[in-house]
Amino acid sequence: MFGRILALVIKEFVTLLKDKRTRFVLIGPPLIQLMVFGYAATFDLKNVPFAVYNEDRGSASRELLAAFDGSPSFTRVVQVTHADEIAPLIDSKQVMMVVHAGPHFSADMLAGSPASLQIIVDGRNSNTAMLAINEVRGMVERFNLEWISDHGGTQPPAYIETRAWFNPNLESRWFFLPGIVGILTMLLTMLVTALSVAREREQGTFDQLLVTPLRPIEILLGKTLPGFIIGMAEATVIILAAVLWFKVPLLGSLFTLYTGIVLFLLSGVGVGLMISSFAVTQQQGLLGAFIFMVPAIILSGFATPIRNMPQLVQYITLVDPVRYFLVVLRGVFLEGVPFHLLIPQFWPMALIGVSAFSIAGWLFRHRMY
Amino acid sequence: MSTDNRPGSSRMRLRGLIRKEFLQIVRDPSSIVIAFVMPVFLLLLFGYGVSLDSEHIPIALVVEQPNADTADFTSAFHQSLYFKPMEYSSMRDAEQEMMAGHVQAIVVLRQDFARQLHQADGAPVQLIVNGVDANTARIISGYVQGVWGTWMEHAAMQRGQKLKMPVQMEQRIWFNSEMRSRNFLVPGLVAIIMTLIGALLTAMVMSREWERGTMEALLVTPLSMREVIVGKLLPYFILGMGGLALAVGMALFLFEVPLRGSLWVLFAASALFLVTALGMGLLISTVARSQFVAGLVALIATFLPAFLLSGFIFDIGSMPSIVQAITHIVAARYYVSILQTVFLAGNVWSVILPNALALVILASLFLGLTWRNAHKRLE
Repeated sequence: MFGRILALVIKEFVTLLKDKRTRFVLIGPPLIQLMVFGYAATFDLKNVPFAVYNEDRGSASRELLAAFDGSPSFTRVVQVTHADEIAPLIDSKQVMMVVHAGPHFSADMLAGSPASLQIIVDGRNSNTAMLAINEVRGMVERFNLEWISDHGGTQPPAYIETRAWFNPNLESRWFFLPGIVGILTMLLTMLVTALSVAREREQGTFDQLLVTPLRPIEILLGKTLPGFIIGMAEATVIILAAVLWFKVPLLGSLFTLYTGIVLFLLSGVGVGLMISSFAVTQQQGLLGAFIFMVPAIILSGFATPIRNMPQLVQYITLVDPVRYFLVVLRGVFLEGVPFHLLIPQFWPMALIGVSAFSIAGWLFRHRMY
Repeated sequence: MSTDNRPGSSRMRLRGLIRKEFLQIVRDPSSIVIAFVMPVFLLLLFGYGVSLDSEHIPIALVVEQPNADTADFTSAFHQSLYFKPMEYSSMRDAEQEMMAGHVQAIVVLRQDFARQLHQADGAPVQLIVNGVDANTARIISGYVQGVWGTWMEHAAMQRGQKLKMPVQMEQRIWFNSEMRSRNFLVPGLVAIIMTLIGALLTAMVMSREWERGTMEALLVTPLSMREVIVGKLLPYFILGMGGLALAVGMALFLFEVPLRGSLWVLFAASALFLVTALGMGLLISTVARSQFVAGLVALIATFLPAFLLSGFIFDIGSMPSIVQAITHIVAARYYVSILQTVFLAGNVWSVILPNALALVILASLFLGLTWRNAHKRLE
């Protein structure tokens, strides 16, 4: 039995790797994508262009604006001298934000009455707008506390000391990189499996496979092992790159991590095979893989938290293996979560995998006899 | 290549090819599914599912010695819409909840909170956030600051004073004053979905002909390569525009994204973008001889770049300059920019024209490369 399966596995690898283009597509893009996306996926603002409209002649506004110039998040690109200049700058996206201090800014501050600092933000991308506003608020608050301790005034009765666990500098790249590992692994594994049976059907060689002594379960295994092995290799390479190149800390145990990877690949390969046994042509196989994968990635909690989704969509994400895998990856990488705390993530992936395999197996038999 | 140059015959040949493509589309319904069902299904799912507005974030409140002052402080959290606070009496319990992922942050009021409140230095409130999701962590710390501000204002009012901070920030958000993240996400989603659909529609059509050996049959006909490309493009363009109209209609009427620019600008930009996306699909299809490679490349080259590099969620300006340079070949980047502007800001030509020009350049690049590549094969 193992000899027969091995023969099929070897045949699958030969089909995949004999073509120069296929070989390249399997190896090149995932690495390139890890590099590009690894740097692209970040919510940490850098060099956001802004304009200053300062009508005040005093020193207080200059002191506050110096904080903006010192921040790596913002870059001052223009100095506005008239209110009419603001709208065209923002409309044309030359600046993302305009900081405006009125003519009485310093006078107000010295008189002890609140001075107002106006922030105008381009809300077309409201996420960036929100991040910028948060950043500015932090700077204004720090400035206020300094001003009070220098110039006197009522200290606030309580103050907040913030500490971030697991990611003290709040680097959002640490959050996204493990996610990219999950997405790229998923992509490749599923495509390899989803198209494998469909290709044989389309080329008519599936019938030939059926008259060999291979039993359905053996065909099933022979078709899934290549995707599994490729996924495993891919995941390992990407994880190495994440740790060695991007310096994402890997706090948890490798055993826990690989348990997650094996279960995730099981579910990915299972779903791929299920799609493959539904499809008659490769186009349908590809379409099926797309229809599963695109929502699986967007709704996985990769970029936007699942918690924010409406209840109904949250229920849909329960069948998304990526969702569980991301929790495992982030937990093992950044928090060092022990094995037993991740069991709630492990069993759903196993369940998805086993159900998908059963359906695929049933379809195999159903379409054969 | 073609010897027959009578004016009428080219049109006839083209009509014949287009008819054949349409028949193929009708017989294998997967193209129709891609063009009409996918945009509706995906936009419904993502339009409702993708949101950056955090509400009811679970947090732990640790009050080591409850009394009237701490109750005053914690009630501010209970009243906030952003938090779902749960109270614990010891730090250990709260830490365990955080490790298990049940709470996102811990707010600690120490034993002598009430006493320190009345001292000159003020009382420390410790905030521990789970930094794994750095974005959420920042949002949480912003909200906690907000709660703290309301509490202080309230406390000052009870003492009959008015809270005075030296500088007060006033924010004004243009184009999206309520900060509905849906307003900017939905136009972005339309762009991503259409990138996918455009490439999917055409990625397989040329490689399929190669794989089945019918490409050679097509080449011995009097059809010129240009006619083949037009004949392959036009049917899918019509299908794609149908899907696009559905998506835009949903954005306007279902998700109620305001359209401040004009409809014809939206239409023209969309047509331009669709040609670019289809052209990219055709190019992939021509370069990759097998459907397998074409499908793989279409998926790798379209969906993830459109999702991550288009400025849809991640700010392009914040990326390193090499990555910024790479985003220039992502067609979705220009379309996202045009869509967000036309929907939320209006017909701002200084944004629309450069982006439209970039789309024209990309489209001619893709189609030109397709033409050249297909040409070479003839020899």
